[in-house]
Amino acid sequence: MTDLFVVPLLQIVVVLNAVLVAVTYMVLLERKIIAWVQSRLGPMRVGPHGILQPIADALKLLLKEDITPIRADRWIFTLAPIISLVPALIAFAVIPFGGEATLFGHRVPLYIANVNVGLLYIVSITSIGVYGIILAGYSSNSKYPLLASLRASAQLISYEVAVTLMLVSVIVTTRTLSLVGIVEGQMRQHIWYVFIQPVAAVVLFIGGLAETNRTPFDLAEAEQELTGGFHTEYSGMRFAMFFLAEYANMIVVSAVMTTLFFGGWLSPFPNVAAAHFLWYIPGWIWFLLKTFVLLYVFIWIRATLPRYRYDQLMRLGWKVLIPVALVNLVVSAIVRVFL
Amino acid sequence: MALFDTDELVLNMGPQHPSTHGVLRVVLRLDGERVVGSDVVIGYLHRGIEKLCEHRDYLQIVLLTDRMDYVSAATSNLGYCETVEKLMQIEVPPRARYIRTILAELQRIASHNLWLGTHAMDIGAMTVFLYNFRERELVLDLFEDYCGARLTYNAVRIGGLPLDIPAGWDQKVRAYCDLFESKIPEYEELLTHNRIWKERTQKIGVISAEDAIALGLSGPLLRGSGVPRDVRKDEPYAAYADFDFDVPIGTLGDTYDRYLVRVEEFRQSLRIIRQAIDGLPEGPILGKVPRLIKPPAGETYHAIESPKGEIGFFIASDGKSITPYRFRVRPPSFCNLQALPRLIKGHLVADVVALIGSIDIVVGEVDR
Amino acid sequence: MLDAIAFYTLAALILAFAIAVITARNPVHSVVFLVINFLAVAIVYIVLGAEFLAMIQVLVYAGGIVVLYLFVVMLVNLKRGPEAHQDPRRQTGAGVGLAVAVLAELTAILAYTGRNPLPAVVPAASARGPGGNTEQLGWLLYTTYLIPFEVASMLLLVAMIGAIVLARKVD
Repeated sequence: MTDLFVVPLLQIVVVLNAVLVAVTYMVLLERKIIAWVQSRLGPMRVGPHGILQPIADALKLLLKEDITPIRADRWIFTLAPIISLVPALIAFAVIPFGGEATLFGHRVPLYIANVNVGLLYIVSITSIGVYGIILAGYSSNSKYPLLASLRASAQLISYEVAVTLMLVSVIVTTRTLSLVGIVEGQMRQHIWYVFIQPVAAVVLFIGGLAETNRTPFDLAEAEQELTGGFHTEYSGMRFAMFFLAEYANMIVVSAVMTTLFFGGWLSPFPNVAAAHFLWYIPGWIWFLLKTFVLLYVFIWIRATLPRYRYDQLMRLGWKVLIPVALVNLVVSAIVRVFL
Repeated sequence: MALFDTDELVLNMGPQHPSTHGVLRVVLRLDGERVVGSDVVIGYLHRGIEKLCEHRDYLQIVLLTDRMDYVSAATSNLGYCETVEKLMQIEVPPRARYIRTILAELQRIASHNLWLGTHAMDIGAMTVFLYNFRERELVLDLFEDYCGARLTYNAVRIGGLPLDIPAGWDQKVRAYCDLFESKIPEYEELLTHNRIWKERTQKIGVISAEDAIALGLSGPLLRGSGVPRDVRKDEPYAAYADFDFDVPIGTLGDTYDRYLVRVEEFRQSLRIIRQAIDGLPEGPILGKVPRLIKPPAGETYHAIESPKGEIGFFIASDGKSITPYRFRVRPPSFCNLQALPRLIKGHLVADVVALIGSIDIVVGEVDR
Repeated sequence: MLDAIAFYTLAALILAFAIAVITARNPVHSVVFLVINFLAVAIVYIVLGAEFLAMIQVLVYAGGIVVLYLFVVMLVNLKRGPEAHQDPRRQTGAGVGLAVAVLAELTAILAYTGRNPLPAVVPAASARGPGGNTEQLGWLLYTTYLIPFEVASMLLLVAMIGAIVLARKVD
């Protein structure tokens, strides 16, 4: 009974809360890193070096007036932020933060579920998130959000094709859809899959940027063009939910990239005897470290690059990434069969 | 696509919009995201400065010129004072002319800093914005040292200058020039060879040399189209005749060319400032100016090169009163803004913000 | 027992949302109900042990196709609803005929399976190898059902090319 209900329930509570806290601190981290890039200090007022800033932000957003435009489609207007946030959060269900740990005599896996279609689960769940953006744009009954949501939906669908194709070629290498299985496979094969599938890693990262609406693909919320994009009409906590969803998605993408290509919770060189001292650091720390590095790259890119234009983005998606993904898939399949 | 009726979407960009650089309103008619037509609505910042000037005496008008192009106030001051000097035939001592040139060029750098920052921000390059503001701050510090103000300087007097430069100021300017020269590559590194930046700006808003002249464009817009027109070179004022500098021009007349022209102008401005500091003559800073400024009856027009283009002042005096009979400004922002509907037609919404930025307007000057 | 409760609850939900899809006045609401409907169907698949199918259901239908529906619904001017009912090209007769044909077909299939019951569905558990039923599904698609599979993909390709030809601007 304990193992069937209590442990998973506890896991869910821990993961959800950890993710939400991580997300709020991601915002602080992003502000800090971008500030340093731009030779500023970033938030400094709330707590030492602004360490309590996320709490102040959350309080502010909670206390703000929650405005629904008079001609908005009330029902959907309320639903949209929820649709945005929920898939981003439940995607964490299959992400393996580590192997197994022993806690109070129980062997507790550091993942909520090890389903054998884990990778597909992530892809399909995150594909639901796009509804949040489209419906937000539609229900606001306002032109800027509408334009933004059209941009976003076209963008997400296009990049999903490339990303999914790329994942197929990764699956050809991993031979399993289970995320835990993929990490264990990297242990067995003595290599991070990034070295087997470098093209896939790059394309997936670009696709990840596009799917999370991050610079240089942040057209859907291009502040300078569409005054905030699909969440122009949102305020208070509903706005915060979109915000949380975006950062949660960033973490999902980074975590999936870590699992697929960078050995998940494995310490570097797990098979080399000389590097065994690295085992003393628990797996989940390695996992978080790798994820953090990828998140840093996300932020770094945001601080560096200008924004693509809508048509250029579509051209990149359809004329570059999808053909590359197709070729990569064919090559992976040939290599898999004949070598 | 006659199968469906495709209504045009009318999108009201501004007057409250992050990228219209003030209170400009652009009414766009869109087909999807493509602009099929547009109306530029101005006047949200109209304060009647020209009319006000007709009720102020000549010294007070300098203050009002500060408030037109508020990001390059010193240039407007200079343009106005030179016009009155021309009307009254006042000789300005060389030291004053040199310092005026330094001020004008510092102002050009500050204005271009602001332009580059906001333009890059419009296209999504956030960091360039803050880098530019970092360096603009230094110029503002120099102005503060000189006249105590940071935005509206009132830095020029009819017949010369109100103040001589404070001790050590020339050294500070020199240090600033060296520092700023090392910062220009930082901007260029982030933009000039950046593929996304190039894709966003190249072949966007192309305007040919003939069209640019026909539309009455001036400044970097005109030079970006390949017309080497620069009032500083063609009709030298202040002390520009004494200095050696190049007028950068573009080839195609697109947003990227205009960007390159302005970045090169940073360097040329530094060149001018250095020459002016090195050759700064001694002497008085104020020419022979009557106690009461009352120009003889007549009218005159005088134009100088502001960071945004040719800023011209027309003053008519009836010879009797201490206020101008008629006061009129040719504001470069206003004249250049006329090109906007033409530039954005056929482009996408994202290009509209890039092109508004590319024109470099200050609504305070457009509306006056 | 638990399975049965889950199934009937889901079935009721699916039917309720299906009815909501066709009765909703606002087409966007309709689409939202459709998505929920698809998600419920995906859960039914999971209950049946067909996780792969469930994920594909979510990915392709809920995440892909319905997004396109929504796209079209949002883009097309829907304020002129009533006109559609006066469409001169509306072929009520043919529609009714087709509906009757489908109904007859369904009845025939039901009657047939009633007389010759299918072999009991392979218990879900046995299909769950280490790779789940994904691998078996792949094997079946690329061996036993290769030809229907390829024909279906050809059909989609033709449809895609047709759409591109239709949408291309005539210069």
